Amino acid sequence: MSNDARTRGALRLFGVLAVAATVAATAGCSASGSSASSDGPVTLEFAQWWEPELPAGALRGIMDDFEAANPGIKVNLLSGPYASTKEQLFAGAAAGTMSDVVGLDGAWVSDFAKQGALADLTKLMSDAGYDDSQLASQIKVDGSTYMIPAVNFVYPLFTNDDLLAKAGVTAPPSTRTEFSNAAKAVTALGDNTSGWILPLSQEAPNGIQNDVMSWVWASGGSMLKDGKPDLTNSDVKSAVEFVQGMWKDGSIAPGSFTMKEQDKVEEFGNGRVGMMIDSLAHINLLRKNDPNLKFSISAIPAVDGFSGERGIPYASWGLGVSGSSAHPAEAFKLVQYLMSEKVNSELSTKANAFPGNTKSVPDFSGSDPLFKTAFDIYKKGYPANEFTGLPVAEELMRTFDTQFQSLLNGDQSVDDTLKNAQSQWESQF
Amino acid sequence: MTPTSVDRTRPGAGRLAKARRGSEPYAFILPTAVLLTVLMIVPIVMVIGYSFTNNVITNKHPQLVGLQNYLEILGDPVFHTAVINTTVFTLGSVAAHLVLGLAFAMLLNTPLLSRLTKALFRTIYILPWLFTAAVIAVLWRLLLSPNGVINYLLDSSGIGSGQIEWLSNPSLALGSVTFINIWAGYPFFMISLLAGLQGIPQDLYEAATVDGANGIQKFFSVTIPQLRPIIISMLLLDLIWTSQQFALIWMTTGGGPINVTEMLSTYTYKLAFSRYEFALASTSAVLVLALSMVLAVFYVRHQRARD
Repeated sequence: MSNDARTRGALRLFGVLAVAATVAATAGCSASGSSASSDGPVTLEFAQWWEPELPAGALRGIMDDFEAANPGIKVNLLSGPYASTKEQLFAGAAAGTMSDVVGLDGAWVSDFAKQGALADLTKLMSDAGYDDSQLASQIKVDGSTYMIPAVNFVYPLFTNDDLLAKAGVTAPPSTRTEFSNAAKAVTALGDNTSGWILPLSQEAPNGIQNDVMSWVWASGGSMLKDGKPDLTNSDVKSAVEFVQGMWKDGSIAPGSFTMKEQDKVEEFGNGRVGMMIDSLAHINLLRKNDPNLKFSISAIPAVDGFSGERGIPYASWGLGVSGSSAHPAEAFKLVQYLMSEKVNSELSTKANAFPGNTKSVPDFSGSDPLFKTAFDIYKKGYPANEFTGLPVAEELMRTFDTQFQSLLNGDQSVDDTLKNAQSQWESQF
Repeated sequence: MTPTSVDRTRPGAGRLAKARRGSEPYAFILPTAVLLTVLMIVPIVMVIGYSFTNNVITNKHPQLVGLQNYLEILGDPVFHTAVINTTVFTLGSVAAHLVLGLAFAMLLNTPLLSRLTKALFRTIYILPWLFTAAVIAVLWRLLLSPNGVINYLLDSSGIGSGQIEWLSNPSLALGSVTFINIWAGYPFFMISLLAGLQGIPQDLYEAATVDGANGIQKFFSVTIPQLRPIIISMLLLDLIWTSQQFALIWMTTGGGPINVTEMLSTYTYKLAFSRYEFALASTSAVLVLALSMVLAVFYVRHQRARD
């Protein structure tokens, strides 16, 4: 074959490949996630990670009731584990193919809202004439609501009754000084026992939210001012100094820097740790793993002499509507249904969580008595999670985590830690 | 049929046949070429393109920013830490993989052990290679936990004492994850080198014995030169693979404590999926690609030289 012929052949080949690649790429991009059909009933897609975490058939049952109450609307549940749902939603947000109704974590809301991937719920509520006074909370970005917490999982203080009694502590601590003394007493028992456990893994840095900042919120403090980072304020400084003091006392279980939430629960369940701050969702797990483990729950201790309302950290199953949904009004009907007094009570009962509707009351008759105790704690205080709705919330926790680890490792002072974290956070806002 | 009509039709048929023959080779490679283009070339070109924009995926209207992302990444002290950690982790792992792999391969190739014993040890030694990164991470997190088996054994044997934080202590973490990676990766070397050892002609050892060579001399003058092509190929492949190790690091330390185990892979992942800075993540990925390409070029040149 001559050089000319080779060149022509190569060009032909390139042309074919270019067309093939373009067709493949176009086909990939044109796939629509819209669940709307032009005629017949409207089919809504509802992507969430809740169904696998609820008793079998529970969420489908609620959807069947919704379909019966709203003829002409069908709901197709897209369920997966939390991490898969997150990936699916981020891909859907980028491609404009997000499901009509989505289960949201507060940490994602700001990023999705700024992308325009979520519909403005303030407008949808107003269009539907919905009375939002019954909602316990709404997650807003720039003044507009983008997520409604459907149910909340609170994080109270868990105390191992036997270990505390052995250490001479008769009641769960309610102030920081009592907590610090109790932790020291439990650690002094020896045999690899520690007073408190603090997971600071950078893989999942939510320990900063649940186990560090919770000390700030429990004393009515805040890490924000006018929606912007305010890490150098006296409330945050005092909480950070308190945790540093516990670290210096040796009251914190070893392995913190790479410890994850499941390690924390495991160590507490094994009876090696006296106290931990953890989700109520783990009560059943602790009971199942060791039916003989005696533990109590109480509010997170506050600074000595504090008499105000205590913030209690929480995580939510939130609801949002896709910005690209072809049927936003129908999608909001589903949100409205899930937030209604009766359905929200049912959902929170089945999820062992607390309702997002202020009028709803979960049915504790078949639950562990500790859920009732936790509900009383929840009612006395207020749900506090300032990371909800912040941009790149996980990254904020991770950058704070890195600085905090440097502090505990003795590489820098409290002031430098907070100053560095503040400047890193500011760059993300 | 007249001669004239034959003259009119033959050249056309000939051209068609020639064109068909000419396009046949392209038709054969077309499926592979399409797959390579769609799965490799298009994504790589897209990522390179992303690295020159202000942000993508989360930004509906990306704008070109030239080399700004490259300047930002190359000026980031955490990136420098990641490069140093990746280098230490990779070189340490690859060197230990070679030494351990060679040592175990020679043990398993010795005529001093029975076939049954060798089969048993082959099975034991290859076990780490059968586990996925997730299983290895969970296994070693449990073993190296402050209340784990390793500390218990050290304590009860009197070698060490207390709850040593193998993965959480900033001065031990990089060594610990490197050790885990060594444990997970040496069987690949071992099996390849064992195959190489079994292919060395016995005559060479007999000739060396006749020349009066001892065991060490035979090792350096016969075994190593015979294994050299395999060793070089394995080293280059392992350098490429280990420098991209992500799952093991992420699931054991997440790049911490502080950033002592931050690798290029975890650094890139955090940019993409924690900060949603996909353009910066693409930039970091392009830099990793460039480093890997250098190793790949050496590997291809070595393979060509062998052929």
